[in-house]
Amino acid sequence: MKHRTFMWFILPSLAAMILFIALPIFSVFTQSFFVSHGQVLIETENCGPFGCKKEVTVDVDATKQLNMENPLGKFNGFKTYTNRNHLAFQEVGIAWNSSASIFSFLKSLLNLPFYKALLFTITYTFCVTPFVIVIGLFIALGVNSLPTILKGPTIFMSLLPMIVTPLIGALILYWMIDAEGIIGATLQKVFDDSSLSLKASPSLTWIMLMVYGVWHAAPFSFIVFYAGLQTVPEDTLEAAMIDGANRWQRIWYIVVPYMMPLVVFITLIQLMDNFRVFEPIVGFSAQANATSLSWIIYNDLRGQDVQLFGSASTTSMLTILGVGFLLIPILVRTWRDFNTKTV
Amino acid sequence: MFQFKSMVASAAILIGSATISNAGCGIAGGNVSILANDFAALHAVISAAEMCAGDGVTISKNHTKEHRTIQVAALTANPAEYSVAVVANSSLVPLLNDGLVRSLDDLVAKHGGSLQKHQLVTIDGKIMAIAFMANAQHFYYRSDILEKAGVAVPSTYEDVLAAAKAIKSAGLMEHPFAFNSAPGWNLGEEFINMYMGTGADFFKPGTAEVSINNEHGIATLNMMKALTEHSNPDFLTFNSDATAALWEAGDLALATMWGSRAGPILDSEGSTEAITSTTVVASAPSFAGGSRPSSTLWWDGFAIASNVSDMDAEASFIAMMNGISSEMVKANNDLTVWLIDGYKAGPTAVGVSETAANGAAPYPMLPFMGTLHGAAGAELTDFLQGNESAEQALSDIEAAYTAAAIEKGFLN
Repeated sequence: MKHRTFMWFILPSLAAMILFIALPIFSVFTQSFFVSHGQVLIETENCGPFGCKKEVTVDVDATKQLNMENPLGKFNGFKTYTNRNHLAFQEVGIAWNSSASIFSFLKSLLNLPFYKALLFTITYTFCVTPFVIVIGLFIALGVNSLPTILKGPTIFMSLLPMIVTPLIGALILYWMIDAEGIIGATLQKVFDDSSLSLKASPSLTWIMLMVYGVWHAAPFSFIVFYAGLQTVPEDTLEAAMIDGANRWQRIWYIVVPYMMPLVVFITLIQLMDNFRVFEPIVGFSAQANATSLSWIIYNDLRGQDVQLFGSASTTSMLTILGVGFLLIPILVRTWRDFNTKTV
Repeated sequence: MFQFKSMVASAAILIGSATISNAGCGIAGGNVSILANDFAALHAVISAAEMCAGDGVTISKNHTKEHRTIQVAALTANPAEYSVAVVANSSLVPLLNDGLVRSLDDLVAKHGGSLQKHQLVTIDGKIMAIAFMANAQHFYYRSDILEKAGVAVPSTYEDVLAAAKAIKSAGLMEHPFAFNSAPGWNLGEEFINMYMGTGADFFKPGTAEVSINNEHGIATLNMMKALTEHSNPDFLTFNSDATAALWEAGDLALATMWGSRAGPILDSEGSTEAITSTTVVASAPSFAGGSRPSSTLWWDGFAIASNVSDMDAEASFIAMMNGISSEMVKANNDLTVWLIDGYKAGPTAVGVSETAANGAAPYPMLPFMGTLHGAAGAELTDFLQGNESAEQALSDIEAAYTAAAIEKGFLN
């Protein structure tokens, strides 16, 4: 294709990408360097149904003047990135110098909200992604060997976890694991422990969130693998059968290598998705034991009466950076494959 | 003949009622749009305000639990998306900070004859909002369970702990106590309520510098921790819906919950006669020998947007005055604790009115209070799970608050 034709060809999607992806990210990026102007505070006499009191209030006119002059706020550089609620350079430094052992350093590190959320986010991403791929592949292989008449209904049933809205799915499971729900009550009976609670223990909460994550995402990898299975060449499989390969050997030596590009694709999508884990934390009310980077952004914008746009933007940029780091190995691999093919 | 008479009579009634409803409001015309939280008492007020619609007056409303998060953006627009914001003491502050609500002095002088003085919320002498109902977290107990356990009605949190212990050792309930301890807004509110009981200030006077890492803060946290030990291990998931449901299911004997829950809890729906007939509401307890109940007083009221025309503002004010009329109160007396003339306190109001009578303080209307509230709600969970000391938790709250307050321009 000529370069000129190619440009015209991708112009609409390029324009849409700039408008809906690049510009918003740039705006968030800009926002992350600004904080509110210094508020002009005055003391006033305030009265209400419960009496009068001398209280500090904001001098609206004086503060408005500052905002008119500089509507974006006060330039703050990277200070929001390095403050205690984000990368916390100062606090990490103090913890490093004052900690006797690596264990006590980690303890102080995980007391900081950003690192606490990062630990859960990374653990979640690296536990859920491989399970989703393996389980999805096994479901696909299972469904593929079913008689034709059963395939349709089975595929539909297997896709249900993905069809259910994530928040609703999380809420349904949340009620089931309640001490009076079917799973919660059964576990209490099995382990004969009336105080066993999946919601109270941090480790059980993490496991529960990850099980939910696998349950929710496995249908996605299943359907991709199932589509891929339809294109595995029959003659290669037959040749292997004639050579005496059993089912397991055929899967390991023919099907899996053939599906490698799909594995790369699902890994890519799942790493991105899982790094942004959010809905299960809200659905399971798990924020006491597990917070993620996305949850921090939500909390900055929705957790209180005042909204911290600078903080939310900063965490968003750090999340994008995190996704970038995760994807580098896969992108490098794809780039290498691409180059070897064209040469 | 008879038929003719009754037709005339009904026509007369129709005309009469039409003129009454217009005369009752007397709005010249304009657009009224109302943003409000979503609960029964506010539905009653706003439905009454909607009676003024017609004859060149349009009234629209949006009841949403998300009102706090959209109000600033909605009222910043010019013209504002809503002419009336129904607010509470905490949610009025962000509107005041940005100058998004107007002074009501002239409208009150012109149309506010029926208002009582305590309904006027004034900032620096200017009326900024009209309060119409009160709310507070207070104590709920089951008289039958306390009787079986052989303990008196607790009036301090130390008594509550003793009562919980007695109930447990009598084998009546394993986890008799609950309060709204879900991380976030709820847990932050419990911290503020408990700290209020010590009588100490949250900030150094006249500044935005937080000072809670002291003996009052430690006593507050230790009491919260002690209470959670008598609460179900799932307590970190308990929001106000969850605690009310546990109460109605009969799983609790002692609880601190919102006054606005008393009506739904004491009515016949959602629970059994055995539970509702023995549920008693009382003042919020005090603690550590303090004289002030560990609770904060809240009001709900309305404010009018700055960025609307004077005509719309006047129409909005008159419509809302119609919404908070004595007739509305008469029809909905037991929904909540009204601050309006004509209200007769019923059994559901005892908790709030006793809490106020015992000297509970109002929720501080400081511009940076919401920031501290958020920091406390997020940083307390490690302490309550036993992973860190009270001092560490308090210094975490202070650090989280300071970083956020710098971002909001309250500190340098």
